[in-house]
Amino acid sequence: MTDSTNLKEREVAHWAKTSRLMFTHLGIWFFFGFIIHMFVAPLNKITIPILGFPLGFYMAAQGSLIVFVVMLFVFAKQQDRIDREFDFAEDD
Amino acid sequence: MSTQAATNTSDFIKNLGKMYGTYTGGFIGFILFLAILEQIGVPNKILGYLFVFFTLAVYAIIGIMTRTAQVSEYYVAGRRVPAFYNGMATGADWMSAASFVGMAGTLFLLGYDGLAWVLGWTGGFVLVSILIGPYLRKFGAYTVPDFLSFRYGGNFARFLGVIVLVACSFTYVTAQIYGTGLIASRFLGMQFELAVFAGLVGILLCAMLGGMRAVTWTQIAQYIVLIIAYLTPIVILSTKNYGIPIPQLTYGQAIADITAREQGMLASGLATAAALKPHIQPFINYSPLNFFAIIMCMMVGTASLPHILMRYFTTPSVREARQSVAWSLLFIFLLYFSAPAYAAFSKLEVYTNIIGRDLAAIRPWLFNWGELGLIQICGKNAASIDAVVAACKAIAGHPGVVRLQDFVINTDVIVLSTPEIAGLPYVISGLVAAGGLAAALSTADGLLLAIANALSHDIYYKMIDPNAPTIRRLTVARVLLVGVALVAAATAATKPADILAMVGWAFSLAMAGNFPALVMGVWWKRTTATGAICGIIAGFGLCLFYLVTTRYFPGAGVKYFGMTSLTSPLTGAPLVDIAKAMALPNAMESFPTLAHPLANKVGWFDLTNIACGLLGAPLGFAVIYIVSLMGRAPSAEMQAFVDDIRKPRGRTVLEEKTT
Repeated sequence: MTDSTNLKEREVAHWAKTSRLMFTHLGIWFFFGFIIHMFVAPLNKITIPILGFPLGFYMAAQGSLIVFVVMLFVFAKQQDRIDREFDFAEDD
Repeated sequence: MSTQAATNTSDFIKNLGKMYGTYTGGFIGFILFLAILEQIGVPNKILGYLFVFFTLAVYAIIGIMTRTAQVSEYYVAGRRVPAFYNGMATGADWMSAASFVGMAGTLFLLGYDGLAWVLGWTGGFVLVSILIGPYLRKFGAYTVPDFLSFRYGGNFARFLGVIVLVACSFTYVTAQIYGTGLIASRFLGMQFELAVFAGLVGILLCAMLGGMRAVTWTQIAQYIVLIIAYLTPIVILSTKNYGIPIPQLTYGQAIADITAREQGMLASGLATAAALKPHIQPFINYSPLNFFAIIMCMMVGTASLPHILMRYFTTPSVREARQSVAWSLLFIFLLYFSAPAYAAFSKLEVYTNIIGRDLAAIRPWLFNWGELGLIQICGKNAASIDAVVAACKAIAGHPGVVRLQDFVINTDVIVLSTPEIAGLPYVISGLVAAGGLAAALSTADGLLLAIANALSHDIYYKMIDPNAPTIRRLTVARVLLVGVALVAAATAATKPADILAMVGWAFSLAMAGNFPALVMGVWWKRTTATGAICGIIAGFGLCLFYLVTTRYFPGAGVKYFGMTSLTSPLTGAPLVDIAKAMALPNAMESFPTLAHPLANKVGWFDLTNIACGLLGAPLGFAVIYIVSLMGRAPSAEMQAFVDDIRKPRGRTVLEEKTT
């Protein structure tokens, strides 16, 4: 585990996985930050039962925000798992 | 000695929950105590003073208790702020007077389109966590320019970083001090200029002695005050009106009522189609392009603002930096997802209890704000029933009831007046004022520290006197902090209209100046120093050029740079008749900058100048990419450093002398 070629390999693999995770989350971020709000007019025709929000309005006022918060907690977990897998995580 | 200090600290961290728990309980007890005082007849003004002075005193005591003479404590709070608490501190750091007081008003006025700000000011934390923050933490910087200097070969990059930092932080801090003055003058009846300097003392007591360490622990206390203050009135209102204490769920009903009422007002002639902007209809205030451009610039700007990024330098580990971003957004979310509820409840109150009412039956809460000129009916300040009746009589053919087009409200009133609308005791109004003050003070502290640290650490220590002893470094840092604060307060005291509007610009400037260089520095090893320097200059330069030209020299923009009139999002018609305006004698200076101080009426691609980062940042990325490829790849050593930044394990890349 300590020789430098092995370290190099681990670094490359670690970064490839980290990058993939980054792009996944960037994709989700872009979808909920932008794409979904482009369809606000059709979404507003749907009303959320009981609460009474038009769906398009709701997504911009709360829905996307909730996704962002949850996403960040999940991301912190996932990235930590990747760091641990390649033995690059900090000691607990 | 050192082991004893270490045990003390770990005890301190362990006891945080107990300390802040007690503090929260004490604060609630204090509110109840004041409520009792109110019931036994203590005048409102005294209650207001008690609120403001007690909260200020608590912040000052925390600030003094956490004073420090250690460099790493002063700049990064010793890097041992747990993720959860750093999240709270970041929440207070982030949410300014504008978020607390202004956001709900913006939503009231703009309806759906105002949600661009809600989205923009939350989603950016995703970028902070996945692209930048944790890597800067691993790098081990004290300031953002520290990273630029190390990665991009020295003091020129550092200097550019300082310019970007000061450009985007100074107007911002001025606006916070202005906000402090506004709240203090409105609730305490102090003179505005006096209130500004009183607020300044509060800010300095928190930040000067203890730097980042003191600011961190006071910001947590301020977060607790501001979130209690923000949520209390609407929770009570929601319980009263809908029987459920969760306003974020019940305001869906309010929105449905508003929509129904809008139709009713149109049908009964209380509103003209021109004056009524349906609350949930998208893209009537911003064109779709500008709506999404604002979201993008606010998000990317969040991930580039130095006073936010530096909060993540204080966590004990990279792992906690990531968790901390998540906690930050959760704490910010609590306020931002409540703001639309404020807007909806206020709007429903205005639409049902003001519009369409007989002039004589207007509810009295409104006159307090009318006196201050913040609510106008029939074109005159609504100071009393007589004033309103007289003003409306003067309009030919006025039906004697308030119509939508007769009613004008200042956006700041929405949050501040909600307790009165709900008929709550004055103590709740005082609480809201204390919350607004906490929001303004905490953001001002963070910004002031960012500016003063850049000047003392980056300019003085790193560029002028690298051998300065600790004592002198900290003295310089404190003197600069006071100096910057005084300049900002003096600027705020002149009530500059433009400075307030420029807060939105700060995000775009940070985005254009910092974002490409920071992201490329971590994510692309091939980025060279020359590339990054050219990229910062090009991106920041273009953004600044667009701002200044569209705002101050629209004539020159039209004549030399091919700018055209922006169009109305509703009708698609141009906002100004360019040919006519250019014929005016003073056409080169300021023809189309009439109404809102921020608004530009000419530009490229129909783009509002708040979103100039959308021009600057892509250019920055392109320039960095092209210039980097033209030069030689960075040294193997530098590439190894980048590898180090990417791995959480191990020592920080930059080791600062701390003693």
